[in-house]
Amino acid sequence: MSMFKKALTCSFLAAVFFSSILANSQETVRLGTPVTEDQLENFDLVAPPDGSGFPTGSGTARQGKAVYDTKCAVCHAANGEGTSDATIIVGGDMHSAESPLRTVGSFWPYASTVFDFVRRAMPADAPKSLSNTEVYQVTAYVLYLNGLIDENTVLNSETLQTIEMPNANGFIDRSHIQ
Amino acid sequence: MKKQALERVAGNGLINRRHLLGAGLAGMGMAVSNSVLGADAGNLEIPGWSKQPGPGASAYGGPSRHADHLQRMAGAPNPIYPGGGASRSPLQHLQGTITPNSLHFERHHAGIPDIDPAQHKLVINGLVRQPLVFSYEDLLKYPMVSRVYFLECSGNSGALLRGAQGGTAQSLHGLVSGAEWTGIPLSTLLDEAGVLPEARWIAAVGADAASMGRSVPLGKALDDTMLALFQNGEPVRPGQGYPMRLFNPGWEGNTSVKWLTQIKLTREPVHFRDETSKYTDTLPDRRSLQFTFPMGTKSLITSPSGQMSLPGQGIYKVTGIAWSGSGSIRRVEVSADGGRSWADALIESNQFEKALTRFSIPWEWTGAGAVLQSRATDSAGDIQPTRDSILADKGTISTYHNHCIQSWNVDGAGEVSNVYV
Repeated sequence: MSMFKKALTCSFLAAVFFSSILANSQETVRLGTPVTEDQLENFDLVAPPDGSGFPTGSGTARQGKAVYDTKCAVCHAANGEGTSDATIIVGGDMHSAESPLRTVGSFWPYASTVFDFVRRAMPADAPKSLSNTEVYQVTAYVLYLNGLIDENTVLNSETLQTIEMPNANGFIDRSHIQ
Repeated sequence: MKKQALERVAGNGLINRRHLLGAGLAGMGMAVSNSVLGADAGNLEIPGWSKQPGPGASAYGGPSRHADHLQRMAGAPNPIYPGGGASRSPLQHLQGTITPNSLHFERHHAGIPDIDPAQHKLVINGLVRQPLVFSYEDLLKYPMVSRVYFLECSGNSGALLRGAQGGTAQSLHGLVSGAEWTGIPLSTLLDEAGVLPEARWIAAVGADAASMGRSVPLGKALDDTMLALFQNGEPVRPGQGYPMRLFNPGWEGNTSVKWLTQIKLTREPVHFRDETSKYTDTLPDRRSLQFTFPMGTKSLITSPSGQMSLPGQGIYKVTGIAWSGSGSIRRVEVSADGGRSWADALIESNQFEKALTRFSIPWEWTGAGAVLQSRATDSAGDIQPTRDSILADKGTISTYHNHCIQSWNVDGAGEVSNVYV
């Protein structure tokens, strides 16, 4: 048999095999393995403003200071004033005369984003090295440095939703324009 | 030999594009050889490389050693932002509409993870009938589609809104590239998990150190979004998301999450850091646009372009790329007099939707100053705006989504530089 005929036979067999997959699964390939949300508890870090997806636990700014001083201050400086333009996390005024300094306090629309981002991406040189409790504590400390909560406010999945962010109404949703 | 008459179609030396189409090409060629290349070709000899065999075939090809200028341009590493940053495509040295994978622009938020595809998982969970996990090997068995698309970072060309910049097409505009992407329509995988009626968004999360996330409306995810596994025929490279990335055709590059490891169906957007603090546009009135997804109708002259020198008076081919996040490119016009008069350019390539389109037009440089611009119109009728109109609409607090008309100044010595008109 020539190479050409062999190749034709192979592709014919592949076609038969493939169409049998299709026939057996209502004309689609379905190869996903079922998984439960419980099994994804340590995998799914998505923490949106409605409080869903947040882990159990809590923390206060008073508790967070030690974690911040050890893990965060090297880039964000002692009180969040930053060591470069990119690492300033306090201050700013969206209605300043000059181009506004946009920080957690002046710009971010949701407190949940602080928790979500710190848990997935901070510290930049060792992301996901903080425990959930430490993330709650550091989130509380960053909000405290911005004057948004006091140092004894207990931050958890419930209280995070209630924090009023100064620029919460400063955004225009353009997602309908596609 | 007698020069053919060249039809002038706009001010300051623009010549009818038909001269690039055969009729009149000889005339143009002669003009080029007479005035640009010099009159005397000299005696031609057989070169040395034609007199001895070269090296044989190789396992993995590379560019000519004489083409080592074909490099991406990356910023210096920033120790407070490990692995973060971008590299830019050398647009002024490329032709056609496909960017070689080695030269496709990159933007990373925490470096490139070293992912073992055998260990990588793609999870679909949230508002679905059945959460699922897929292996790379399983995903390779699905029917796939191949489409040519551009990808552009929404920060591309951004610095130009704030003030004078020197630089090249690459340094100013190199965060756009074009490729053929092959993968699974995301709708196939979402259907398998069974999207619940209350779901409106997907949250896409990468497996990089930043676990970077973006929210994408379900309408897009069920339309032309794909799970891309191959780029220009080979597995997506690590810098582009190996072993898999989300690809949202036409949308700001950051939404096409690389190293994709999770799709979570949600009612509302997650409001990730990179869709609130970053990738939003603060307007002069201090409100900020959020979820600005399609990239605007845009074009760019890649030659002549910044830091090139015209070797002498004569006829040049002005060429560049055009693209739109909302459709195909219908028309590109070129001006040599800073926008006072315009001439239609020749479309040299396919005009695929949401893909780079190549244009060109002949232009005679007489030694006087010139300002070269291009202006694209897409299939929806959107015309590339002027810089003034972008500045009036958006100001300079934010610089994302700058798709305004770009200008290259040619001075009396033939030096080309970035300029604002």
